[in-house]
Amino acid sequence: MGWMAWTLPTAIFFAVIGALLLIMTVLAIRYPETPRMGILRMETTRGDRLFITLLGSAFICLAWLGLVGENLWWALGVCFVYALAVFRWV
Amino acid sequence: MEKTLNQKAWFLVLPVFLLVAFSAVIPLMTVVNYSLQDTFGNNKFFWAGLEWYTELLHSERLWSAFGRQVIFSAIILAIEVPLGVFVALNMPKKGVWASLCLVLMALPLLIPWNVVGTIWQIFGRVDIGLLGHTLAALGIDYNYTRDPLAAWITIITMDVWHWTSLVALLSYAGLQSIPQAYYQAAEIDQASRWSVFWFIELPKMQGVLMIAILIRFMDSFMIYTEPFVVTGGGPGNATTFLSIDLVKMALGQFDLGPAAAFSLMYFLVVMLVSWMFYTVMTNLDKKAGY
Repeated sequence: MGWMAWTLPTAIFFAVIGALLLIMTVLAIRYPETPRMGILRMETTRGDRLFITLLGSAFICLAWLGLVGENLWWALGVCFVYALAVFRWV
Repeated sequence: MEKTLNQKAWFLVLPVFLLVAFSAVIPLMTVVNYSLQDTFGNNKFFWAGLEWYTELLHSERLWSAFGRQVIFSAIILAIEVPLGVFVALNMPKKGVWASLCLVLMALPLLIPWNVVGTIWQIFGRVDIGLLGHTLAALGIDYNYTRDPLAAWITIITMDVWHWTSLVALLSYAGLQSIPQAYYQAAEIDQASRWSVFWFIELPKMQGVLMIAILIRFMDSFMIYTEPFVVTGGGPGNATTFLSIDLVKMALGQFDLGPAAAFSLMYFLVVMLVSWMFYTVMTNLDKKAGY
């Protein structure tokens, strides 16, 4: 695994994403997903909304880095608000 | 009667899961790890945090390569899609000529990318190339190694030559699948040629056209080999697109950290646009009731 150049922060990052996927899978088995129409006028399932959240969050963090500065904790806060909005309305 | 619950079929997905893990997921994770560190070789890494991302986001070099890339993709889509549809509309519908046209159209698609680059590199040369020499003889100042505009025209013409057939073939397949009854109805209504195209052919081709646009966008946004062979990214940086710049950074300068950050941002843009196309496409399919 040495060649993969692991660090603690990146390991935590991937562990969180892995855990999210695991939780969503368990949820999907327990409570099967039903697509619904949101404000984007397209059908989304819980999995779709997670994807939109993760992709959007990556862009939020990049925009924060480029426009504001290196303190990404605030950007993470914005990402959470964004995630809530996506899961509620999209 | 109760349904039998058997989830063993999931094991059939296992080989593809492993393949994707080894060919895509694990390398991608490594790139993420690289993007936050610096290395001088020997597999020794030093934590750099978000430095590379900040540096690249404020880098003139990255933004200008990105701008060139967007302009390139926009131009080739604006030419190849209408041209491909036009060619498909004018291709013979059946018989020997239809087969001949299909084979001829498929030819450029079968040529390896570096060979296409070499063909155009020689074709455009002023000293020995047919195109370059003819233009020079006509008194037109054309030299793609010196003039950025000539370089752009050469690369765009090359891409149009190489890939318009793909759009044409996909559109042709879309056109062939339209039932004859639609045309008969249009004839009864005395619809003009334009109305037939606008109200029958174009809507029926929507699905395949979206696929064509998606494929052409992704390919052109990641283009490397052809411009690299023809111009090498020059003159100056005039045709240095994102992937050419990325390779220069990663292999030329061996800046693995910045190159990893660069490729992740590149990947995110490609993923966003592909997701948008995919969503539009699946929603179109749902509307059409497929």
